[in-house]
Amino acid sequence: MMYYSRLRMASVIGVCLIGLALCLPNVIRQPVASLPWRQIHLGLDLRGGSYLLLQVDMNSVAADRLRGLQDETRQTLLKNSLGYRNLATTAHGVTFTPRTPEETQPDLKALRAMPMNVPGEFTVEQGGDGQITLTLSADAARQRAYDAVTQSIEIVRRRIDATGAIDPEITRQGEDRIIVELPGISDPERVKNLLGTTAKMTFHLVADSAIGSSVPPPGVDLLPMSDGQGTLPVFSHVDVDGADLTNASASIDQQSGEWAVNFTFDSAGAQEFGDVTRANVGKRFAIVLDNKVIEAPVIRTAITGGSGQITGGFSAQQATDMALLLRAGALPAPLNVIEQRSIGPSLGADSIRAGGYSLAAGFVLVIAFMALFYGRFGWYANIALLANLVLMTAILSLFEATLTLPGMAGMLLTLGMAVDANILINERIREEVARGRSALQAMQAGFERATATIVDSNATALLAHVMLFVFGTGPVRGFALTITIGIVTTLFTTLLLSRMLMVRWYARTRPSTLPV
Amino acid sequence: MMFDRPLLRFVPRGTKINFMRGRFIGLATSAVLSIASLILFFHPGLTLGLDFRGGIVVEARTQGPADFNAIRAALNAQHVNAAGVQSFGGPDDVLIRLDTPPDSEPDHEARTQAMVDSVRHAIATLPGAQVLRADAVGASVSRELFRNGMLALGISLLMILAYIWFRFEWEFAVSAVVTLVLDLTKAIGFLVITHFEFDLVMVAAILTILGYSTNDKVVVYDRVRENLRKYRTMPLAELIDLSINETLSRTLGTSCTVFLAALPLALFGGASLSGFAWVMLFGIVVGTSSSIFIAAPLLLLMGEKRLRRDARPPARP
Repeated sequence: MMYYSRLRMASVIGVCLIGLALCLPNVIRQPVASLPWRQIHLGLDLRGGSYLLLQVDMNSVAADRLRGLQDETRQTLLKNSLGYRNLATTAHGVTFTPRTPEETQPDLKALRAMPMNVPGEFTVEQGGDGQITLTLSADAARQRAYDAVTQSIEIVRRRIDATGAIDPEITRQGEDRIIVELPGISDPERVKNLLGTTAKMTFHLVADSAIGSSVPPPGVDLLPMSDGQGTLPVFSHVDVDGADLTNASASIDQQSGEWAVNFTFDSAGAQEFGDVTRANVGKRFAIVLDNKVIEAPVIRTAITGGSGQITGGFSAQQATDMALLLRAGALPAPLNVIEQRSIGPSLGADSIRAGGYSLAAGFVLVIAFMALFYGRFGWYANIALLANLVLMTAILSLFEATLTLPGMAGMLLTLGMAVDANILINERIREEVARGRSALQAMQAGFERATATIVDSNATALLAHVMLFVFGTGPVRGFALTITIGIVTTLFTTLLLSRMLMVRWYARTRPSTLPV
Repeated sequence: MMFDRPLLRFVPRGTKINFMRGRFIGLATSAVLSIASLILFFHPGLTLGLDFRGGIVVEARTQGPADFNAIRAALNAQHVNAAGVQSFGGPDDVLIRLDTPPDSEPDHEARTQAMVDSVRHAIATLPGAQVLRADAVGASVSRELFRNGMLALGISLLMILAYIWFRFEWEFAVSAVVTLVLDLTKAIGFLVITHFEFDLVMVAAILTILGYSTNDKVVVYDRVRENLRKYRTMPLAELIDLSINETLSRTLGTSCTVFLAALPLALFGGASLSGFAWVMLFGIVVGTSSSIFIAAPLLLLMGEKRLRRDARPPARP
């Protein structure tokens, strides 16, 4: 208890010096690019910015796949000259009745040969009533949901990067949520609008025969026009998918003087686009964005160059945003904002000032208290307190943690509680001195008896804050994190550093009485 | 040397205060305060913050003192039906509050989020006004945050119980947790009276109080346990009194440093932290006094038979 080997002293001092070095990136600029330079990030509540919590619409992911499976089934049967009745989607698959019982086996054979997105994605079975059922597996559904979120994150990142936002943070949360943090953007309206658009562009042939009928025949959908002027029946089958676009840009059309969006397909898309337009010259071709028809021009000639233009009466901003969305790609499912928090830069600056002043004032008060009531040993506790602040900053920098306003409160409370360990030791030493023990015996007893108490009391505080970190969100997690880190650094600075200072002082001066 | 010896003493050396004599007064006062807090909890109840209530809060700063009629008119022009427009902080700071649409309405989540933009547009029509903060929490998120907050509180209490149980005898664990629950109810009563909003930051404050209060109890209990071994024949009431007196200057010293650390936050911490800090300050006072006046008497009541099995009554002449 009363002996510190050179090695032990060197390591305690070493840890403090390393801590000091790790704090440097927060105050000076990186001198050499190769040097690791980790620093604390300021939370949105301190630097200003926006936080958006988005939820991926999982029902739509499932519904999309079901619609796709229904369409594939129809196309497969038609291609094999097989008939069907009552083709419908259920909760987990597609059912239909074969035209004749004799066709059941060819149906099964053709459908089982359909390509799958993942092995075992669906099964094809014949029911007792002669119906054929295609069932999507639960595993595949889970995988698809996971992929949908992963893909959404990628698209969200591309869209946000395209807006020129600085240091955006996009992270997955839970099963179906995405957190978007945008430092410096205190009005997230445009980003919200960009993310709220799925931007799924598809090209469909117009079902001219169904124009005017209120109930569309099977395989035809009645879609609204994007300008709100009525509806247009189009074939459900997607002739060309906008996912095959390589580029899109906004420009002013030379002839009409209107804003237009120009797009270019990749080679596969260009080939498909060429084939479809060649086979359907004279028919109308609908450009559909998010289930709304933007326009449906008549195909005059085969379009083989792989590029085209959309003119839908856009404003400049609409055309620019649409080009951005097409370039970034479509979201696999709609995203809904379910929580948003934004803080203006002036409030953030106010908070930093308030947090900084409080931290400084609290620190000075605690130091004064310890110096007044505990004398020399109080000053040792104060040195440990300073080291504690340095080490907390060092660990937060090392993790590149985010400092929030509650996090600053957590640091302050840690400082208040950190001296508890020193108070425990000092009070114990006082008691032992009062009982008539010698200086050495009193210090020894003080360290020994106080250690168990210090560990016990810190362990319970640690438990409470780990829970807070697990269940908390946002700034509150920052609070729990700083307190948790603070408890660990407190144990180091009080049990090792301040004790070392006391022991060294004793070894140097060999006092007969203690300054308690 | 000037800084060698302590200049001041917090508690005079060797106090012999008979705390246990006042144990029934302490327990009764605590019971009355906790029952009153429970009544306040049910009526009028806690003011739920945005995290737990859901809805929209927009803070704006106007040019010059806020003109509430102009703000209301601007909101009405955007078809925003504000639940409250009030001043807050300085005379030019305005807080606008909106409730979430009822869950029964379709698209209530989307409408909650869209309403924020309407409020922003309304503020943009006021000359020189700027939005300081705009938060919108949907109904599903607020329910989730509330559930998580309560889970964090409940599980922390259970883990503290388990830890003390593991380290001490069960009498200690039960009296500590009962005391913590009493502390908790008083903190809730304080929140109701002061109208501080109950949100995630408050849950953090309450958890910190609980952690701190436990810490305080552990120190007293530690000494009781040590003295139980040291003085095998001392009656439990006397022994607990001795333990409290021995740890008194530490108990008060630590409370004081934490109090001093939290005080600047309450005074200069700004709107978002001062509520948190006041609850902390209240909790420190309650936690410290409950260690002495509640946790120790409870231990005496529960452990009178069991903890002192080998104690013999003093021999009579």
